[in-house]
Amino acid sequence: MKSFNYKTATSTKEAIKLFSGRSAFLAGGMTLLPAIKLRLAAYSDLINIKKIKGLSGIRASSKSLKIGSAITHAAVASSKEVIKSIPSLALLADGIGDPQVRNRGTIGGSIANNDPAADYPAACLALNATIHTNKRKIPADKFFKGMFETDLKKGELIEAIEFEVPEKSSYTKFPNPASRYAIVGVYIAKLKKEIRVAVTGVESCVFRCKKIEKALTDNFSESSIDNINISSNGFNSDIHASAEYRAHIIKVMAKKAVSTC
Amino acid sequence: MANVNIKINGKKISKEISDNILLSDFLRDKLLLTGTHIGCDTSQCGACVVHLNGNSVKSCTTLVADCDGCEVTTIEGLSSNGKMHVMQESFKKHHGLQCGFCTPGMVMSAIDLLQKNKNPNEQEIRDWLEGNICRCTGYQNIVAAVKDAASKM
Ligand SMILES: Cc1cc2nc3c(=O)[nH]c(=O)nc-3n(C[C@H](O)[C@H](O)[C@H](O)COP(=O)(O)OP(=O)(O)OC[C@H]3O[C@@H](n4cnc5c(N)ncnc54)[C@H](O)[C@@H]3O)c2cc1C
Ligand code: FES
Ligand code: FES
Repeated sequence: MKSFNYKTATSTKEAIKLFSGRSAFLAGGMTLLPAIKLRLAAYSDLINIKKIKGLSGIRASSKSLKIGSAITHAAVASSKEVIKSIPSLALLADGIGDPQVRNRGTIGGSIANNDPAADYPAACLALNATIHTNKRKIPADKFFKGMFETDLKKGELIEAIEFEVPEKSSYTKFPNPASRYAIVGVYIAKLKKEIRVAVTGVESCVFRCKKIEKALTDNFSESSIDNINISSNGFNSDIHASAEYRAHIIKVMAKKAVSTC
Repeated sequence: MANVNIKINGKKISKEISDNILLSDFLRDKLLLTGTHIGCDTSQCGACVVHLNGNSVKSCTTLVADCDGCEVTTIEGLSSNGKMHVMQESFKKHHGLQCGFCTPGMVMSAIDLLQKNKNPNEQEIRDWLEGNICRCTGYQNIVAAVKDAASKM
């Protein structure tokens, strides 16, 4: 593997100070290390952020659930606070990859990476999340910009993700049987003020499906999804699924999500 | 270069390492613990699974630098006084291996499952072994081995 300097930060301040133009923050490394090995990326310094205490808390109130960016998928899946406050989020975490990926991979790493087929970005959009960084608070609606692209600036560190606690919610994924990444994933959340429906795995970036949102706002039932016409225009088409198939599966997953809300 | 202190299979070691060395290469090339296998080297196959502070991880995607102050257990650390671990016995009894390439990772992964779920059903075993690929057995005997081990552990 290409060489780099490994540094450990024990505070956000130190992490920012250690960061130079050719650095990367290292969380679980489940995406970063394979990328370096495959020579898709190269850095002079990796800055380990897992020892920063401020990134590893989970705090629930009646209105919101705030999860530190360095919390692993396994810890979210088994957290009593998460299971009580937003059970669909614990289930989502439990369905990421495999146990070893869940033991290392973190929520902050997943969101910063913004893989088009990742699960957490759908949760952020559906649960109207706020991404807390060392500089500012970014609404999820503005955070996910495109394929592997986010609103984060160079050297900006995600500290926590704050989700709105919904009245009810559910995430349903049609997983790639090998990696468990979403071929299609649909997250439905009935929030206090609105219904949000986020779709992942389907385009180059996670998106909200306004058509399903409107149908469910008029009538929150499986049958209200039946008559929606989802155009496959611009959808991913690959060896796993054609664009038309993905368009069909969105409705199937959405109905399943409504029935398990 | 940096110095790391790690407890590996119960033995404390202190070594100078390069910043970019992976746990899988360190175990095999520096410590000659070749029981941990490298299959895909890109975190897909699970042949390299070891325990880090008690949890199963893929050693091909873990930096040794990240393990400073931690405990690592490999397949070599399972037997005691020449006696195999219950899980190893069970894989042998149920013929849960053919070529054996995936086996160290399978065994380490399966033990982690039983630490977290003492009595898993067949579906839970299959779900847990999602990250371990076997090109020989067709999984049936592996699942039978884990089930049987659960009744004995
Ligand atoms: C076999 C396999 C299967 C997988 N299956 C799934 C799946 O089904 N669903 C899914 O959603 N994901 C899946 N993943 C991805 C997994 O969830 C990763 O853990 C995740 O994408 C990256 O998290 P990480 O903590 O490992 O980040 P790292 O690999 O350490 O970092 C990833 C990127 O994020 C940056 N970064 C990390 N933390 C921060 C932070 N706090 N602030 C700013 N930038 C940061 C890093 O610099 C890097 O660019 C899978 C991965 C593998 C290897
Ligand atoms: S060698 Fe590590 S997962 Fe395949
Ligand atoms: S026994 Fe040969 S790969 Fe599993």
